[in-house]
Amino acid sequence: MVIAGNSRLLEILNLTLDLDNYLEFRMNPSDFVFFVFSFVTISSAVCVIFASSSVHSVLWLILSFISAAGLFILLNAEFLAMLLVVVYVGAVAVLFLFVVMMLNADPKKTKTKFSNFVPVGILTALVIFLELGVVFGGWRFSEELYINSVPSNFIIDDNTSSLGNILYTNYFLPFQIAGIILLVAMIGAIILTLSKRDGVKRQDVLDQIYRDPNKSVILKDIKPGQGL
Amino acid sequence: MIGLGHYLTVASILFVIGIFGIFLNRRNVIIVLMSIEIMLLSINLNMVAFSYFLGDLKGQIFSMFILTVAAAEAAIGLAILVCYFRNKGSISIESVNTMKG
Amino acid sequence: MLLQSITFLPLLGALVAGFLYRFLGEKFVTLFATFLLAISCTLSWVIFFTYPEGTIVKVLLSDWIKSADLEISWMLRFDKLNSVMLVVITTISSVVHLYSIGYMSHYEHWEQSEKYKARFFAYLSLFTFMMLMLVTADNFLQMFFGWEGVGLASYLLIGFYYKKSAANSAAIKAFIVNRVGDFGFALGIFGLFYLFGNINFDQIFMDAKEMAESNYVQLELFAFFLFVGAMGKSAQLFLHTWLPDAMEGPTPVSALIHAATMVTAGVFLVCRISPILELTPITTSVITVVGTATAFFAASVALVQTDIKRIIAYSTCSQLGYMFVAAGIGFYQAAMFHLFTHAFFKALLFLGAGSVIHGMHHEQNIFKMGGLRIKMPYTFLSMLIGTLAITGVGIPFAYDLFNFQIGFAGFASKDAILEGVYASKTSVSIYAFWVLIVAAVMTSFYSWRLIFVTFFGKFSGDVNSYNKIHESPITMLVSLIILVFGSISVGLIFYEQFVGHDAKSFFGQSIYVAKSNHILHDFHYVPAWVKLSPFIAMIIGLVLSTYFYLFNQRLMNAIYNQHKNLHTFLYKKWFFDELYKVIFVTPAERIGRFFWINFDGGIINKFLNLVSLNFIPKMSKEAGFIQTGFVTHYAFAMIIGLVSVTALLIIYVVAY
Repeated sequence: MVIAGNSRLLEILNLTLDLDNYLEFRMNPSDFVFFVFSFVTISSAVCVIFASSSVHSVLWLILSFISAAGLFILLNAEFLAMLLVVVYVGAVAVLFLFVVMMLNADPKKTKTKFSNFVPVGILTALVIFLELGVVFGGWRFSEELYINSVPSNFIIDDNTSSLGNILYTNYFLPFQIAGIILLVAMIGAIILTLSKRDGVKRQDVLDQIYRDPNKSVILKDIKPGQGL
Repeated sequence: MIGLGHYLTVASILFVIGIFGIFLNRRNVIIVLMSIEIMLLSINLNMVAFSYFLGDLKGQIFSMFILTVAAAEAAIGLAILVCYFRNKGSISIESVNTMKG
Repeated sequence: MLLQSITFLPLLGALVAGFLYRFLGEKFVTLFATFLLAISCTLSWVIFFTYPEGTIVKVLLSDWIKSADLEISWMLRFDKLNSVMLVVITTISSVVHLYSIGYMSHYEHWEQSEKYKARFFAYLSLFTFMMLMLVTADNFLQMFFGWEGVGLASYLLIGFYYKKSAANSAAIKAFIVNRVGDFGFALGIFGLFYLFGNINFDQIFMDAKEMAESNYVQLELFAFFLFVGAMGKSAQLFLHTWLPDAMEGPTPVSALIHAATMVTAGVFLVCRISPILELTPITTSVITVVGTATAFFAASVALVQTDIKRIIAYSTCSQLGYMFVAAGIGFYQAAMFHLFTHAFFKALLFLGAGSVIHGMHHEQNIFKMGGLRIKMPYTFLSMLIGTLAITGVGIPFAYDLFNFQIGFAGFASKDAILEGVYASKTSVSIYAFWVLIVAAVMTSFYSWRLIFVTFFGKFSGDVNSYNKIHESPITMLVSLIILVFGSISVGLIFYEQFVGHDAKSFFGQSIYVAKSNHILHDFHYVPAWVKLSPFIAMIIGLVLSTYFYLFNQRLMNAIYNQHKNLHTFLYKKWFFDELYKVIFVTPAERIGRFFWINFDGGIINKFLNLVSLNFIPKMSKEAGFIQTGFVTHYAFAMIIGLVSVTALLIIYVVAY
């Protein structure tokens, strides 16, 4: 592969990541794929914010999701990766597109001045990053930062089957509640956006049900040649 | 060798980008929603990475639930945005200042 | 139960009269308060007669303060010294209550719809209760409670006619001057606590002797402070300015408070701390000097006063000086005896004056009266007897001849004091003796002047007012009769027990007399001219007064006009009020005004304005810029907050 020769590139890439694995500069194919996918995810996330048009932002978001799905596959979570593509890209991102189109979300010109928050923002970003670093890697430096976890026992080869095995037994209740959350979201969305327009003929079901049958048909005696 | 730390770093960077996006956008409110989606994605990545490296499937289960809730929240958020658009007429970021003062 | 009820029945009367008069009716509560006080009086007399000599009875009411070394409890103490005071207080108080039922029955100057009688009786009974607490105290703090309480009741009663601004000012003046004395008293109590470690009488008196040897100067100082308290309460020379102004209160108040009880609290205090005073000769000399000066000063001022109550007030001041002289030379028994008799005849004089004022429809200037003995015979008789008592009419040498003192009440006690002053060998006593004789002359002069101008001669008003004069109602006269009886008899009956041969056993432990103090014994053996001198002083005063005011008043007026400066000096009370105004009042006002304008108005107000009107709005405006209205800004702020909190937490955790 081409990779083995690009030690300079590898070094640069390695410098931004975990220090422990710098003992060897060899890279597996999976490592390379990891770097590609993560680079694409991160850069398209950046482009979401700084894209010039809103539709472009949504498209960059879709790219970000897809490369994240790739990362998931690297982590042996292929069901989750497919879920990401189908649900996030297929439904949520398309929803974003719909809304962008519907709301004319592209202004003709950008009037706002570039915010003054960039310096503070960068500082904040750095701080958050460091904090996350402390949370994740602090256990190496201090005894008290060690995070414990209890593994569960239901791992079978196939990601899908193992997920199914756990989800429908141990975590059945959260599963159902997730379903209810989705129901509530659906109802909420409908109620929020439902608007009654004038001039549209609608059925009033209650009226229909409670119609008095005696008054619904009137017999009229009509002489031939005369109208009603 | 790609270890847990690599994945966590990627997740952290994504998270920070998402936060950045909330207040650095100059255009419209939809960018905010998209930044939220990016943040949720980074969390998902975090969960799954831990799930893989600790050999515990709980992370992936939770990731599924996060996915569910993220989808629901995106839907509701966009519905609210539509209502807001109906009332205000535009969703550019500079007109979202009715709470001034 | 018997003993507690003596002290607490007046309190019950005060509470009922003060709070329940709406439900029970004014008439009932006034009679009820008087009745309770009569019970208290009866019980006091019973104790006085039946308790054997030298008893000390203590009744523990409850604990009060228990703090490190300081342990004080509410304890009533009844010994012979107390029982004398109890008798005085309850008798005079019940007589005054009875008198007030008639005196306060109608107002002429105020039309108030409120029930003032209930308020008056409530205050009177409250005062009696406080005074009783003062005398039955077993430790200095409880005495101080009573001390302050009588000051309070005095303020309330002097300012009873609160719609009159002069009454309000007089009440405040009385309270403030008293306060100066109370401050001295408090310092004395602090000092005693510092020296002795506790403030119970018995323990202090027990340790006094060793303390006199080891901390003599401090003991002197603190005894002096206690005397300052007595000076304030008993209107001695420098703290006397409140007493004449206190006559703004109703006359029964003057009779009770400023004749018989509150002003005698100082004398009582001095007699109570006799174990300490016997060991501090400097303080006792001071007491003697101050008492003498007061007696002389007050008598001289009373010579020219025109308000009937003021004359009697200065007379009180002067007689208190006598009592302090007696206490100062170590003759505490005579001081208590004079207190006892003085209460009766001074209250008689005040109530008689009240009767005159009532009959004259609240006219108080004696030169507007005259010839009242025809219209108000009973009042005239009572005041005559009171005057006989105060000037000291009696038969000298009677005790030596018949072993029985014959004379009106004042004679017995005043002569005892004068003889004792002569018999005492201290350095100030010769000075005191002659000054007191002169004061006795003046006492006689002004007392008879009062009688002659008021009751003899021609009425100086017009015929209409003369016809309106009437004798007082029966309730007032009954009180007068009781006091007349007292004035005549107490000198005779109690001479033996107070200063005669039974005195030592009568008082027992309650009055401590040093080994070198033989006055109680010696005063019977003074030269004959000494025994005669008060009597002669009285005669001189009587003769002079008769001549000038009964026969030749024009000569008196001519003398007044010739010596106008002297007259003004005496009339203006030796300019003490003006002196105090210059020294204390005006500077205090100036300082107060300066601080008010510059510090309170200038600095504090300015500062507060600066903060609230200048600084805070500016800050609010600045803070308002944060509310931009953009939701994303708000979200950013939230994120910053979250980040900083997390950072702090992490630093906190990592640091440990």
